[in-house]
Amino acid sequence: MPESYTDLYFPVLVQALVAMGLAAGLLTASFLLGKRVRNRVKDIPYESGITPTGDARQRFSVKFYLVAMLFILFDIEAIFLYPWVVVYRELKMFAFVEMLVFAILILSGFFYMWKKGALDWAEPDRSRRKL
Amino acid sequence: MHPITTFHYLALSAALLLIGTVGVLTRRNVVIILMSIELILNAVNINLIAFSHALHNVNGQIFAIFVITDAVAEAAVGLGILIALFRNKETVQADEMDLLKW
Amino acid sequence: MSASFGFNAADLIRFLPETILTVMGTLLMVLDPILHRRGSHAFGHLSIAALVAAIGGAVYAYTQAGPAFGGMLMVDGFATFFRVLVLVVGILTILPSYRFLARQDAETSEYHALLIFSIAGQCLMAAANDLIIVFIGLEISSIASYVLAGYFRDDKRSNEAALKYFLLGSFATAFFLYGVALIYGATGSVNLTAARAVISGQGPGGPAPAPVFIGVAAALMFVGLGFKVSAAPFQIWAPDVYQGAPTPVAAFLSAGPKAATFAVFLRIFMTMFEPIGSGWEPLVWFSALLSMTIGNFAALMQTNIKRMLAYSSIAHAGYVLVALTARSQVGTAAAMFYLAAYALMNIGAFAAVSHLSGRGERYQNIEDFSGLGQKQPLTAAMLSIFLLSLIGVPLTGGFFGKFYIFKAALESHLVWLTVLGLLNSAVAAYYYLRMLVMMYMHEPGEAVENAEPLSLGLRAALILPALGTLLLGIFPTWVLEFAGKSAALVK
Repeated sequence: MPESYTDLYFPVLVQALVAMGLAAGLLTASFLLGKRVRNRVKDIPYESGITPTGDARQRFSVKFYLVAMLFILFDIEAIFLYPWVVVYRELKMFAFVEMLVFAILILSGFFYMWKKGALDWAEPDRSRRKL
Repeated sequence: MHPITTFHYLALSAALLLIGTVGVLTRRNVVIILMSIELILNAVNINLIAFSHALHNVNGQIFAIFVITDAVAEAAVGLGILIALFRNKETVQADEMDLLKW
Repeated sequence: MSASFGFNAADLIRFLPETILTVMGTLLMVLDPILHRRGSHAFGHLSIAALVAAIGGAVYAYTQAGPAFGGMLMVDGFATFFRVLVLVVGILTILPSYRFLARQDAETSEYHALLIFSIAGQCLMAAANDLIIVFIGLEISSIASYVLAGYFRDDKRSNEAALKYFLLGSFATAFFLYGVALIYGATGSVNLTAARAVISGQGPGGPAPAPVFIGVAAALMFVGLGFKVSAAPFQIWAPDVYQGAPTPVAAFLSAGPKAATFAVFLRIFMTMFEPIGSGWEPLVWFSALLSMTIGNFAALMQTNIKRMLAYSSIAHAGYVLVALTARSQVGTAAAMFYLAAYALMNIGAFAAVSHLSGRGERYQNIEDFSGLGQKQPLTAAMLSIFLLSLIGVPLTGGFFGKFYIFKAALESHLVWLTVLGLLNSAVAAYYYLRMLVMMYMHEPGEAVENAEPLSLGLRAALILPALGTLLLGIFPTWVLEFAGKSAALVK
């Protein structure tokens, strides 16, 4: 068993050094050996790919934020399932009822969000007011 | 001997608390202030998990789960409020919010 | 750890108010998209019914007083006192909201659902005996209030108020949590009773943990809770938020969350941190003095009535902190009494403001109240009662509140704090009296001429707290005896 910091983290150090060395080496090599060409085609983001159609810094529709927020809200509720699963066998019916209450609360939130039109992507819903 | 002790976790967490606090107090962009607050909450989580590990007591981990959930709820509400403000005012800079003097 | 998980009738009864509120809040939330009915009074009626039922639940829970859920909740007189207080505050918030929301064409069930959720969180805080529950209650209450502060989402001022409240509120929560984490590390427990045993050196782990650790934790938790009750030097958000938030919401914020946070404040500092009381006393002493002074002197200079009431609420938080500085059972009882009186008079004063403010909340300046006594004698009379009580004139609840607080402070030999507090009250009298002069000795202005007649809800929202204020002022012993009995937090 490793006894000290150095023993334990030596591989990490080696990996970090190799990674940095490789990157620095490749950049230096291309700087020294490469031919320098400058023209318009060379300067576009994807040299032989899709032609860029506009500025990347445009404003996105607020719906992306909305969906992202809703996703993370419902996603994070799932972590309560992990401790629940661990004790489920021990607590039996009690745990089941507790999770049922939890799920009903989550689902009523989901129902609210759905009915409010937060998930309608295409047409703006007439009833959407908050969120 | 285990090379990483509770003390190391506490030092990391204290550093995060400091960075977060300085961020909240000096930054003017609301999104960055929000991120700084999240940083403090993560410092709390590191503390809780480290203590939970050191004390062989599971309460800290459960607490951390609640803190994570709360951080998400806060972030969602905060971004919602920020978007509502942005629609009316077109700014996310805290020092441009001067209708009500600070 | 106690292994007593399972169905337990007593636990569920002791959790009754929160259960009722959660069910009703969820129902209100789900009803909104089903009914598509805006501008209906039904949601308000439903919320009031829920709150009344929850008061019944809280009283019934008190008949079964005791700890619940393995000591996480503590349903005692103290918890019941604050539960009933925040529920009453909820009812008094909804009553003026009927007319206020109808005037802005903004009556939705979401408003009521958020209010009910916030109150559920505050009930939980009142009964919490475990830092996890304190935290959850605090956040249920706060997150709903952030949204409520920004309820008028097309109004820039409301947006701004919500954002400021949110940023400083969540910053405060983060600090509080850091303190909680340190307590957990130092004592191995997040239960207030168990942590107290460890801090006082009677825990199973042997001697008390390093005082530095506990001291830092206490300071961090003080900062977090100080923000939430708008005690100086953490008060900067309060005037902006109260000014920008819809008036009934501002009324609610100044009474409900404040009372519940003080309940948590008292319970944490009078149980868990009580063994190191001499350590935190100077901190609270300083904050109490600063809150009173900043609040009162800044209020002198305000022209906007909501800002003035905000600064006055900072000053009142200072008075309650004086009671906490006393570090005695009498002090706790005085704080409880004061918070009840303060909640009633403040929410009443805000109700009068929301009545007069007009569509778009145009009239919020102190001059707008000129001549109110001539045009609307009832509103003016009720507002006078609240203002006199805020000054602390005898026969009102505010007088006995201040009296008991300063009496408790003197008993704990806090002579200087008492003297400075009394001087502060004298300063405060000036800005409240200015309002009275404005109402009775000036000719009616535009705002008063345009004021609509009092609606039924507003009439109730003015008369009920006025009655309560007078009742506390004339028969203070009823409430004080109960408070004195329940103030023994360490069992």
